[in-house]
Amino acid sequence: MTTIVKPEVKTAEKETVKKNKSSVYKTEQLNLWYGSNHALKNIDLDIKENEVTAIIGPSGCGKSTYIKTLNRMIETIPSVKTSGVINYRDKNIFDKEYQVEELRTKVGMVFQKPNPFPKSIYDNIAYGPRIHGIKNKKILDQIVEKSLRGAAIWDEVKDRLGENAYGLSGGQQQRICIARCLAIEPDVILMDEPTSALDPISTLKVEELVQDLKKDYSIIIVTHNMQQAARISDKTAFFLNGEVVEFDETDKIFSNPSDERTEDYISGRFG
Amino acid sequence: MAMNEPQQISVQELIAQKSNRGLLAFTEKLIPKILFLIASVSVLTTIGIVFTLIFETVTFFTEVNIFGFLTGTEWYPFANSTPTYGILPLVVGTLKITGIAILVAVPIGIATAIFLSEYASDRVRRFIKPILEVLAGVPTIVYGFFALTFVTPILRSIYPDIAIFNALSPGIVVGIMIIPMIASLSEDAMSSVPNAMRDGAYALGATKLEVAVKIVLPAALSGIVASTVLAISRAIGETMIVAVAAGSTPGFNWDVTGSIQTMTAYIVQVTTGDAGYGTTIYYSIYAVGFTLFLFTLAMNMLAQFISKRFREEY
Ligand SMILES: Nc1ncnc2c1ncn2[C@@H]1O[C@H](COP(=O)(O)OP(=O)(O)OP(=O)(O)O)[C@@H](O)[C@H]1O
Ligand SMILES: [Mg+2]
Repeated sequence: MTTIVKPEVKTAEKETVKKNKSSVYKTEQLNLWYGSNHALKNIDLDIKENEVTAIIGPSGCGKSTYIKTLNRMIETIPSVKTSGVINYRDKNIFDKEYQVEELRTKVGMVFQKPNPFPKSIYDNIAYGPRIHGIKNKKILDQIVEKSLRGAAIWDEVKDRLGENAYGLSGGQQQRICIARCLAIEPDVILMDEPTSALDPISTLKVEELVQDLKKDYSIIIVTHNMQQAARISDKTAFFLNGEVVEFDETDKIFSNPSDERTEDYISGRFG
Repeated sequence: MAMNEPQQISVQELIAQKSNRGLLAFTEKLIPKILFLIASVSVLTTIGIVFTLIFETVTFFTEVNIFGFLTGTEWYPFANSTPTYGILPLVVGTLKITGIAILVAVPIGIATAIFLSEYASDRVRRFIKPILEVLAGVPTIVYGFFALTFVTPILRSIYPDIAIFNALSPGIVVGIMIIPMIASLSEDAMSSVPNAMRDGAYALGATKLEVAVKIVLPAALSGIVASTVLAISRAIGETMIVAVAAGSTPGFNWDVTGSIQTMTAYIVQVTTGDAGYGTTIYYSIYAVGFTLFLFTLAMNMLAQFISKRFREEY
């Protein structure tokens, strides 16, 4: 496992673009408690735009908690308390006057288990635009097609847009959920183990998709799959017991980690 | 201690030692038969009731023309010279009560369900749900007196034209009576919508109301509609409230301020009066009862149909 080599490493190209990338998310001294369980401890992370940032770490280390904090979905759990700052595009999302709906309109999320709405494929994709006031049928048609194409599932579903999304396979459902997320053209896409419920072929499709989406979106992806993190991400953050142990270029993390615990984890010695 | 040498214990051996295998097999065979017998009792009773209803109804129609019964607009069974048996006034009376009850109960019931399932904290929900269930268990005679001695006077103080016995007051109170049923069953339906679906919508920037109305409500629609239809069927069959507060004047009109009579209230009137066994009036309560049965049966079948037809699969 230590010998994972990232395919198509274009380090030179990446170096040149890196300089003028600005931050989408700057997390500073973030702490989070579930009741008395201190789940995130002094997290500092600076996430750049148009990159894929992978979050890895053993079960229960706080990956999902962190990613759900980024769009404040964590607030649906009443016992949660937070301290610290998360700046999204230079505004602290914890500010009292910060509109959470506005944040979530900018930051899409794909969940571990596909969770389409029990509606037609079309209505699933059109839901987001509709709640944000887009009613025009022609425009909606365009958005639906564009989003489904963007999620690489248009050809599979174009003749059955009126059918219930639950009639699709798990992998197709997950791409519907990605399309649903693309439909409101967010700035950032958060993905919590989006392929853990999928077969290898669907997984590959979603991975290719992520690579593709990087051009227009900033993507933060939680994964348990080391190869996946190595294949698709630019940066990798290694979480352990609610702390960020190491955050660096993915190539560096997988070839030459600076912390021994990272080394142990990616080589499968614990976790 | 035996625990120190676990290889001494063989679970398979212990299982094999189980002695009463024959007896077990016997009871395993017997139990379903006993349960079937017990279940048959309730089914047979129901069939018996329906047959009695049909039998006595048929007897009634040997004395009264069925066409006149179904289309007649005058219900004067107690008239001395020429009693008339046109059921429409009783049907209209029932429909008035049911209609008013629906207007009261459906919006309030569903709003309560949305509040409980989507907005209320766990603590509030745990507090209110049992109250709803207690309300659903209040004897309807209590509601009847509530209508007559509380709601009617209030209505009369607002609109003095309203009679002491009227359709409006018991209609409202029947509505109040079925609110807990609609609220509680609809809340069950909405709570069983998986949270993952709500999360999907919240993550798209939906507000609480948008999630409740556009995701949860449609996903729970079949359960909500089915519970509503069941509640309506209870309103149709409701007896004590209308017997106490609605009066006993069958009329073929849509006025809700005056005295009316429903199908159920007529049956009460006859069974508590002194109509002799075997008289036409005696048989008429079976005909009315059978009509009522067809109404509630239709509602229950509608509820079944709706919960199948409108189920959003997930
Ligand atoms: N709803 C919750 N209520 C209380 N504690 C929670 C809740 N969700 C998570 N936790 C706790 O927070 C810690 C981090 O959990 P989290 O779900 O973020 O882990 P994770 O890294 O995503 O794990 P996995 O890889 O298994 O998904 C764990 O100790 C967990 O028990
Ligand atoms: Mg997780």
